Amino acid sequence: MFKSYFALAMDGPNKASSHDRHDKRADMLFSLVVKGCALLVLIALLGAAFSMLWGGREAFATFGWKFLWSSDWDAVQRKFGALVPIYGTLVTALIAMIIAVPVSFGIALFLTEIAPAWLRTPIAAAIELLAGIPSIIYGMWGLFVFVPFMAEHVDPWLDENLGALPVTGPLFQGAPIGLGMLTAGIVLGIMVIPFVASIMREVFLTVPSEIKESCYAIGSTTWEVVWDVVLPYTRSAVIGGIFLGLGRALGETMAVTFVLGNAHLLSASLLEPGNSIAATIANEFTEADSPIYLSSLIALGFLLFVVTFVVLAVARLMLMRLAKRAGENKQ
Amino acid sequence: MTTTLNLRRQITDYGARIMATLATLFGLFWLVWILWTTVSNGLPALKWSLFTQMTPPPGADGGLLNAFVGSIIMSGLAVLIATPIGIAAGTYLAEYARNTRLGETIRFVNDILLSVPSIIIGLFVYELMVRQMGHFSAIAGAVALSFIVLPVVVRTTDEMLQLVPSSMRESALALGVPQWKVIRQVLYRASMAGIVTGVLLAFARISGETAPLLFTALNNQYWTTNLGEPMANVPVVIFQYAMSPYEFWHALAWAGAFVVTMLVLLLGLVSRALLLRKKVNV
Repeated sequence: MFKSYFALAMDGPNKASSHDRHDKRADMLFSLVVKGCALLVLIALLGAAFSMLWGGREAFATFGWKFLWSSDWDAVQRKFGALVPIYGTLVTALIAMIIAVPVSFGIALFLTEIAPAWLRTPIAAAIELLAGIPSIIYGMWGLFVFVPFMAEHVDPWLDENLGALPVTGPLFQGAPIGLGMLTAGIVLGIMVIPFVASIMREVFLTVPSEIKESCYAIGSTTWEVVWDVVLPYTRSAVIGGIFLGLGRALGETMAVTFVLGNAHLLSASLLEPGNSIAATIANEFTEADSPIYLSSLIALGFLLFVVTFVVLAVARLMLMRLAKRAGENKQ
Repeated sequence: MTTTLNLRRQITDYGARIMATLATLFGLFWLVWILWTTVSNGLPALKWSLFTQMTPPPGADGGLLNAFVGSIIMSGLAVLIATPIGIAAGTYLAEYARNTRLGETIRFVNDILLSVPSIIIGLFVYELMVRQMGHFSAIAGAVALSFIVLPVVVRTTDEMLQLVPSSMRESALALGVPQWKVIRQVLYRASMAGIVTGVLLAFARISGETAPLLFTALNNQYWTTNLGEPMANVPVVIFQYAMSPYEFWHALAWAGAFVVTMLVLLLGLVSRALLLRKKVNV
């Protein structure tokens, strides 16, 4: 193709300038097209927010702010409130993060400092495979394998040994049916681990080895290097990774739908079935028989969108802070 | 004094090492358990009729043919819609707006879109298309999936183009090649492997995606290739059958789950291999 350009340049000024004009127009057109496509990404997110606000307007107008803290969910009397699903979403995500954060940190620590070099790549790849498994598979495994396991082995033990304690006791009382907040939280935790672990691993790897090596040289142990140097250096990105995991835990749908039990109950016990925003929408959307029912479900979706947007925005801002510093170091 | 201090430090270090190793084993334990469950339940249910017969009513014999075809049609269409748009948007971010405010904003929004819960995409497309058309349809399902493919392709295109050394751009521009030809004929070729990987990863992601299809493509017990009608698809069929009380439907759901998992793992491995080759090239 370069040859043709040379040939054109030889042909004289007139021909070349018409070619230039053509190129200029094509350049302009190309840049407009790519810019339009990029703006489409922006429009997609705005459109998602607006369409859910629009779809939920009837529910917001009918119930007002009470929608947020009413625990009604009555399709017959057409009274809806988001308290039970909000509570379920927050509790299951909290359980998930309690499990996922320390485990992910341990995995990242193992993969960056402890494991022998030949073991690091295969284990990192295996952990990332866990992230790729579709959530419906987690859901089926949860329903057919993990729920019976919890019902037979874990729930009765918790009820017997922790259920009688004075303060935390009510958390662990209830019939051992396996379905419920605790099971959903654990499944969510397992799903979130690979995400958080691989981000932590990546940010740990951005710590300049000079810094780590100087610490080892003055006699620090591995733990001291990680806890006193690597972690403070990457703090913002680690928090960003945790928030990214939280965003996933809050919005995860299918796995939770299988194991949460789909019950509109407000119960202190983690062993009782409950509901989450995403699971409510997934379960009831096609059954919604009145416009206000449908509108309430879409309004729930809008709430979920707002919460996950804030969480994900925090996550990205935190991750960007480290990326910026890493860029400065390189220069 | 110093010996006790050193002893304490060493014990802490050993403790941390042991905990970290246990955490890794904990993570791998679930992977093995979940994969083993899928294989041990899915493999016995895997029969040839799975790919030749339609989804059955309760109690009858059947397969998942219409669901497989529906999934392939909708996922393929989603990739066809989202890939050109995504590559163009990624090109804009990497080549035209690298350090501009608009570029930063779009990159930020794209990153959020990348991890927005997929059920929200489903609701969005429900409002956008299903409500306007008045009924569920395969095309709405494909559009919903394309909103999941889009940010993945944008991200990988953006990153891969940024990896191309500036000297390549500059030498092409110095020859008088217009920018759009530099991008199409030099930069896209240099970053092809990475962009293809992005599309593969996106395809892997949507092949098991259930939530956005629940309110867009819905499901269909019968064979259809009409994009205006509800269409069967593997994830929603798995969901429905797994939640049902019938043993035979459970077996079909496991078989479907097995096929989807194997596909996702295979795509993951292939894209990883492509990326590795890319790293060696650069």
